Amino acid sequence: MVTFAQYFKKSTTYRIFSAILTNMASFLSTIGQISQVGVRMVKRMFVDGISWKELMEQCERFGISSLPITLSIVGMTSIIVASQVANEMVKQGGSAFIGMLMTILIVREVGAVMSGFAQTSMIGSSLAAELATMRVTEQIDAIDVLGVDSVGYLFIPRVLSGILMMPVVVIIASVFGVILGGVASNIFSGLSYRAYFTSVWLGLYMKDLCVCILKGAVFGGTIALISCTCGYFANGGAKGVGLATTKAVVWSFIAIVIWDMIFAMLFFF
Amino acid sequence: MSIEVKNLIKSFDDQVVINDISFKVDDGEILAIIGFSGSGKSTVLKLISGLIPRDSGEIITSDGDIAMVFQYSALFDSLNVADNISFALRERKDLRKLYTEEQLHDIVEQKLELVGLQGIENKYPSELSGGMQKRVSFARAIVTEPNTILYDEPTAGLDPMSSTLIEDYIVRLKHETNAASIVVTHQMSTIKRTADRVIMLYDGKIVFAGTTEELLKQDTPYSKQFVTGALEGPMKMKV
Repeated sequence: MVTFAQYFKKSTTYRIFSAILTNMASFLSTIGQISQVGVRMVKRMFVDGISWKELMEQCERFGISSLPITLSIVGMTSIIVASQVANEMVKQGGSAFIGMLMTILIVREVGAVMSGFAQTSMIGSSLAAELATMRVTEQIDAIDVLGVDSVGYLFIPRVLSGILMMPVVVIIASVFGVILGGVASNIFSGLSYRAYFTSVWLGLYMKDLCVCILKGAVFGGTIALISCTCGYFANGGAKGVGLATTKAVVWSFIAIVIWDMIFAMLFFF
Repeated sequence: MSIEVKNLIKSFDDQVVINDISFKVDDGEILAIIGFSGSGKSTVLKLISGLIPRDSGEIITSDGDIAMVFQYSALFDSLNVADNISFALRERKDLRKLYTEEQLHDIVEQKLELVGLQGIENKYPSELSGGMQKRVSFARAIVTEPNTILYDEPTAGLDPMSSTLIEDYIVRLKHETNAASIVVTHQMSTIKRTADRVIMLYDGKIVFAGTTEELLKQDTPYSKQFVTGALEGPMKMKV
């Protein structure tokens, strides 16, 4: 005879709740791990200093190698938005404000958020996979046995490069997005470049630029810290590497959205 | 005395993996820790090297470094052989300002010569065979002149000739460094050719302790079963 407990354990409701609780436990565990290594990393930075050679290598990875993908994503998003907005604005007699609207949209939101997503897909996943592979092949253990702090050695240059390079990437991507918005407005709505770029200045505020740079630094540091942490605590061979990479990308996406919401509430309400 | 382990206990979740074991290894001595797969051999090395925390017990080592040679070499993929070997000297806070680039170059050459691999400084680990990777990991391990060397299955996955070469290097390093060494293995050739003393683990406990000769005499049910590889005996394989 099947008891209620046995019946319940096989039910969809049980499986859904079980999956939710497992994910919550995983979320809390990841938060704990991030805090643990974050504190250790800051301590090591003051004790051991910074390896400039390693920092430069990571900056190149974060800034230069990911730039084409980031520009493509931000650029295409700007074209899509401009193609939707420009036509309607022209119809409503608001041509003079298309540049302003695009600038506010890109500098405040699209540039930073889409760059964050692009960096997560490209750099975050590669950081997580790299550290996870090092973990499962005992390279991280080897670093520790050789007397070097693995968190300091691996995290400091990667997280710092995220903090330093991401604002640069976000600014370049935003400028690129605003320019492509103008091109798209010209092609799809016949708006002159002069009209577009004259109104761009109306939507460009110093506060927005500062917040954009700050967002870039926070997003970059967050992506690097989450991705490195997921890789660092990986286990279980090839499957573990895959899981760590997925976890890094998912948590980084969620973190970017949460940070973006916090920024919106702090600076634009 | 270079390493002394007293009443060491380690559990993972609810399973006791190392259950109250004690042993000593003197300077210039090689102790082999043997046992079937899953008996807790590698866990002992990780506990001694501090990679995992112990639940209780004591691990007393002389002052100085502990080096470890990993089962699959664990060389850093992104660094060439020279940078792998000089890693600790470049990155460790207490060592990194002690050597000039020229001195580091000389040390790398000297260590590579010790393991019979001159002229491969600029190669990357992926360009080396398994045996060569293992020898580079030996060179990396001894670069800080440790007084304790831990070998985790040093001949696993190697062909017989490469295994013999590695075993010879283990003995050579013992003489060169006078370090206390622990070799975790289940290969009979490695035990015969390198070990001065042997302890056998089963179910987290020491079930045999003696010299290599005593092990080979097969005087106890455990030593007999291990040496002959018989399925019948006091040790049951977990399937």
